[in-house]
Amino acid sequence: MSSLLIRNGRVLDASTGFDGVRDIAITDGKFAQSAPNGSPEFNARGMIVAPGFIDMHVHLREPGMEHAETIESGARAAAAGGFTTICCMPNTSPVNDSATVTSYIVSRAQQNAIVHVLPIGAITKGLAGEELAAIASMKKAGIVAISDDGRPVMNSRVMRRAMEFARSLDLPVIDHCEDLNLSAGGDMHEGVMSTRLGLRGIPSSSEDVMVARDIILAETTGARYHVAHISTRHAVSMVAFAKARGLRVTAETTPHHFVLHDKELHRYDSNYKMKPPLRCEIDVDAVIEGVVSGAIDAIATDHAPHAGNDKMQEFERCPFGITGLETAIGLSLEALVHTGRISLMRMVELFTTGPARVLSLAAGTLAEGATADVTIFDAERSWTYDVSQSQSKSRNSPFDGKVFRGGPVATVVNGRIVWSVC
Amino acid sequence: MNLLGIEHLDRSEIETILERSKHFQPLAGQSFQQFETLRGKMIVNLFFEASTRTRTSFEIAARRLGAEALSITASGSSVSKGESLVDTLNTLGAMRPQAIVMRHAASGAPHFLSRHLPIPIINAGDGTHEHPTQALLDARTILDQRPTLEGLRVAIIGDIAHSRVARSNIHLLSKFGSDIVLCGPASLLPRELKALAPGVTLTNNIREAIQDADVIMMLRVQLERQHEVPMSAGEYFQFYGLRLEHLALAKPHAIVMHPGPINRGRELSSEVADSQRSVILNQVENGIAVRMAVLERVLG
Repeated sequence: MSSLLIRNGRVLDASTGFDGVRDIAITDGKFAQSAPNGSPEFNARGMIVAPGFIDMHVHLREPGMEHAETIESGARAAAAGGFTTICCMPNTSPVNDSATVTSYIVSRAQQNAIVHVLPIGAITKGLAGEELAAIASMKKAGIVAISDDGRPVMNSRVMRRAMEFARSLDLPVIDHCEDLNLSAGGDMHEGVMSTRLGLRGIPSSSEDVMVARDIILAETTGARYHVAHISTRHAVSMVAFAKARGLRVTAETTPHHFVLHDKELHRYDSNYKMKPPLRCEIDVDAVIEGVVSGAIDAIATDHAPHAGNDKMQEFERCPFGITGLETAIGLSLEALVHTGRISLMRMVELFTTGPARVLSLAAGTLAEGATADVTIFDAERSWTYDVSQSQSKSRNSPFDGKVFRGGPVATVVNGRIVWSVC
Repeated sequence: MNLLGIEHLDRSEIETILERSKHFQPLAGQSFQQFETLRGKMIVNLFFEASTRTRTSFEIAARRLGAEALSITASGSSVSKGESLVDTLNTLGAMRPQAIVMRHAASGAPHFLSRHLPIPIINAGDGTHEHPTQALLDARTILDQRPTLEGLRVAIIGDIAHSRVARSNIHLLSKFGSDIVLCGPASLLPRELKALAPGVTLTNNIREAIQDADVIMMLRVQLERQHEVPMSAGEYFQFYGLRLEHLALAKPHAIVMHPGPINRGRELSSEVADSQRSVILNQVENGIAVRMAVLERVLG
């Protein structure tokens, strides 16, 4: 069994608040008092050693779109990005709306994935928004939440029933908040930039009205409700309001929503096309404010691989989404930590205890006896992202060639180093 | 060199093209003069969207400069067989034309292609984004009547939201210091337009827009680009159609323009279209002269 001694690192554990230099010992894939003599050692001097990072929102494209990504390649990209656990959305083909598909994903992950892969089940059959999926059976097969991500549940009655049912199963409901009537045909954030570029807009209100509706339903039903990839100022303040009222409402945001503005679209480069769209400065500032204040609980990447030819089209024909696993730590350091907006400890929280709490996972800790998942990163290391070297099967990242200050160094899953830089 | 839009074009570049186009304007009664500047060159007009006047205008412009012009429309091409835009352009590029004049229904399509192709691209209209040669020919037409664009009050009326003609004209006129009043029903006049360029104001009232205007540009309601039920034609004409009675509000010698095709009784009355104030056919004529200047500039 795997044992390991991670030496001399600055340990940041958000579950205990511990911040100091100490060694981390691993025996039999679990954190331990000490490692057996002769255990391999990793010198983490000058680096941050944290509980394994969790990305609660990725698309792995398997089954059905293996040309864009597989569970195996997505897991490798996750490890290269410093993640030890990823949660995959159900919009595969077939959709993960039954225990059969859930079990397939779980078994493929066990065979092929170098990080933990936790499936998220669909809310409705086929993501059609009409009939509830086999939620209880999927839970038994291993899902950790339900979501129709990529699509909202437009029918409020269906959403209400889903929340009632999910509450009885103690599963969080994750919604992709987008009123499809308001966003219809939109390709980017509606504002000055979309007017300038002559592209159809996705108004902030399309997100706001759904977040408002969902919060009301969450209160009615008592469900655990989570806003996926929050991107607007009003949505952030509504989540803060819901929290203040004691509702079980949480939210995640993505690195690209706090790093990039809609101004980036001036070249009609589809690597800046995603849903929700890159918003304007005032929304971006509010998202960062929400990360600082605690309205936002987690950073998730919404890693959305697309094959190259799908993104080599007229902007309005290109699919939505970008890859994100490998750049998340670098972007978070850049926009949140190096700017002084949050501490390194808060950043660790957003990637560990934050998502762990949302999903009720036992992860996000360095406590003795816990599964030995560790993320080791360097907050200062200068490196350049070369998307052609990505572990993902897809190349749709706007950050190709970007020079980062700080990034992942090594990823430990079940006590084993599954990835390390060079 | 490409011509993708007016927004990023220098004022001096615009002045050069406008000045040069005077050279190609036929004087009344004079027959067309043939030039040899682009002899031996081939220009492909690639139209992914229906067009009569722009395509014909580019063809004539190319021929008058001695170039060969080949027009391809999307319906008769491999596009209908599922070929991607990049592949279509690469294929055409391999036949080594000196420039591609392109119209496409997707905003930004020529900008996207220009990053992947070495051949100069002239934008003949991309979606609801820009139509640079239209703005140039409009400026030429105004300058045939007025000494300068500076300080002119230009009212642009109609479906601004979906108009590439409006966007290109706003950028051009703003660079030269015109006051630009945009007017239309609220759903076709997003408030963000005000931030497009300096000198832009908005109103939903056609009388306010026309008051003291030197130039009145009417736009077609682009039903094909609207995805919602618009105002009824009757209501639109009642509130946003240009009629003779409106012209009294404008400056005494104000001119009426329209990029065509016009819809009589929809955005302007027949009487206005055929009035002395209308320079709609001058615009068509100037289209050739301006496009000759553009082709010469891009290929020369």
